Amino acid sequence: MALLEVNEITKVFGGLTAVDKVSFKVEPGEIVSIIGPNGAGKTTIFNMLTGVYKVDNGSINFDGKAIHNTSPQHIVHAGIARTFQNIRLFPNMRVIENVMIGNHINTKYGFLDEVFRTPRFRKGERECAQKAIDILESLDLGDQIDNYAKNLPYGMQRKVEIARAIATNAKLIILDEPAAGMNPQESEELMEFIRSLRDKGHTILLIEHDMNLVMQISDRIYVIEYGKKIAEGLPAEVAHNPRVITAYLGSGGISKDEE
Amino acid sequence: MKSIVSTASNFMHKNKLWLLLAIIAVLVILPFFGLSSYLIRVLCMIATYSILALSLNLITGFMGQTSMGHAALYCIGAYAGALFSTRLGTNFWISLIAAIVVGALAGAFEGFVTMNLSGSYMTVTTLAFAQVVTMVAQNWTSLTNGPLGIKSIPRPTFFGIELTTNNGGLYWLVLAFLILTVLFVTAIINSKMGRAVIAIKEDELAAKLMGIETKRYRIAVVAIAGALAGVAGCYYAHMSRYVDPKVFSFDISMTILTIVIFGGLASIPGSILGAIIMVAFPEALQFLSEYRFLVYGFILVIMMRFRPQGVLGGLSKQPYKLPAGVKSKAREAAAQAKEA
Repeated sequence: MALLEVNEITKVFGGLTAVDKVSFKVEPGEIVSIIGPNGAGKTTIFNMLTGVYKVDNGSINFDGKAIHNTSPQHIVHAGIARTFQNIRLFPNMRVIENVMIGNHINTKYGFLDEVFRTPRFRKGERECAQKAIDILESLDLGDQIDNYAKNLPYGMQRKVEIARAIATNAKLIILDEPAAGMNPQESEELMEFIRSLRDKGHTILLIEHDMNLVMQISDRIYVIEYGKKIAEGLPAEVAHNPRVITAYLGSGGISKDEE
Repeated sequence: MKSIVSTASNFMHKNKLWLLLAIIAVLVILPFFGLSSYLIRVLCMIATYSILALSLNLITGFMGQTSMGHAALYCIGAYAGALFSTRLGTNFWISLIAAIVVGALAGAFEGFVTMNLSGSYMTVTTLAFAQVVTMVAQNWTSLTNGPLGIKSIPRPTFFGIELTTNNGGLYWLVLAFLILTVLFVTAIINSKMGRAVIAIKEDELAAKLMGIETKRYRIAVVAIAGALAGVAGCYYAHMSRYVDPKVFSFDISMTILTIVIFGGLASIPGSILGAIIMVAFPEALQFLSEYRFLVYGFILVIMMRFRPQGVLGGLSKQPYKLPAGVKSKAREAAAQAKEA
């Protein structure tokens, strides 16, 4: 059974159908990409997956359980974590604190443990900090723990955001246009980094409008245009699909229409 | 000059515990130096305002929600304590517990009402909340005795000894409350809850999408602030032995907010320093009569222009304090480099 199964989800804003019966699947250990031109409805799909928007029709099953129309917090508990297109770290908090917040839902102690500094509290804090450091070290960010998030360069902030998502113990990490605002070399490095995450056993759903970027690292690709799925398959298949080429490059038929 | 400041701050950071114990020891023996009861009373008010500022700092400094009506929770705590002691004749300690519970409930209510609000909406709602509370205190005559207030509230007692400013008892009492408040606030801020609350200030949506129950925390924080304001209110009522609705006016809300911002948002020592300055200045400048408010206002304007983060606000430059037993390669490397 697939880790994530999205069945014909639909979202309507007023009279506009932003997402129209889109279905897709993510298997454990894969990198799956959803691509499409700007305004295709990718971010809307994303917001439905993470519980920010309600789903008007259709269903989302994760790990065998329906998760659509619950709360964002519930979805994090179920095992989906995300990053943001325009990085949303906690800027005036340290890198380690940012990652420790990712681990918030896995830190098990209560209010009275905090106030009376019980052994349970100390154990919880120690494990939480150690886990954050372990994750950061595995991503080569071990020497950044004391820095404030806002002082890091852009590419590194992106990695910290991913570290924060990993700290939730997510089974699926969704990245929303992770290469936005990066130069070609930075995006190249980032894609390499994402591939290395998969090799460590993480499952990744990538939402991106730049097709070239995802070609080399994706196991499967879904293409969305005007809220509808127009193609799916292996990167090579998708790249040669005429509808995809039309969506990305235009039909080239303008002169024909005029005749 | 800069190096002196940084050496001093490093020294203070390294010997934090000893410095704190020394300060507490001096504060404890202070009444033996023959201070006038007027001075003791000023010190008591500084401590009361410190508790109120720490309480508001949780909401405004740490959680980032500006409240312009914190006197409401102070007022509710004071009336709860005063009414228990005068109407039901309970002793101070029972009244104190009642004030804490009532303050926490009022805070939970305020938190519930404002949990979806932010920015100016939050500010205006808290302002209105404070107005409603004073109006109720003025007009619910059968309970609160209206504008005449509640008179002859009994003094607190401790094992049969009546605590006054003359025997220093009221001072030690509020000092104990302040120390407990500081410990309590420090404990909850340096924990999972503290991180979640600061995350709400930094980016509420991102916090929610990390699985943090933001609404629950927003209610809890205002409830905790209400409990602390209840302590301050109950103490004040039993110290001054009289409360009326005018004592908890808009001015008081503003004073508490000014202390928090002036001392430093999200700074615990800042709230205490702010209270010292804001309470002591008007007293010390009494020779200027009404011109003192001019000086006072001028200092605030200068301060906001040149140090908007407050006297002790701003981000710490010290390394993050890892819990004992946590291993970091970077830290080990730094420690080795230092030895070599």
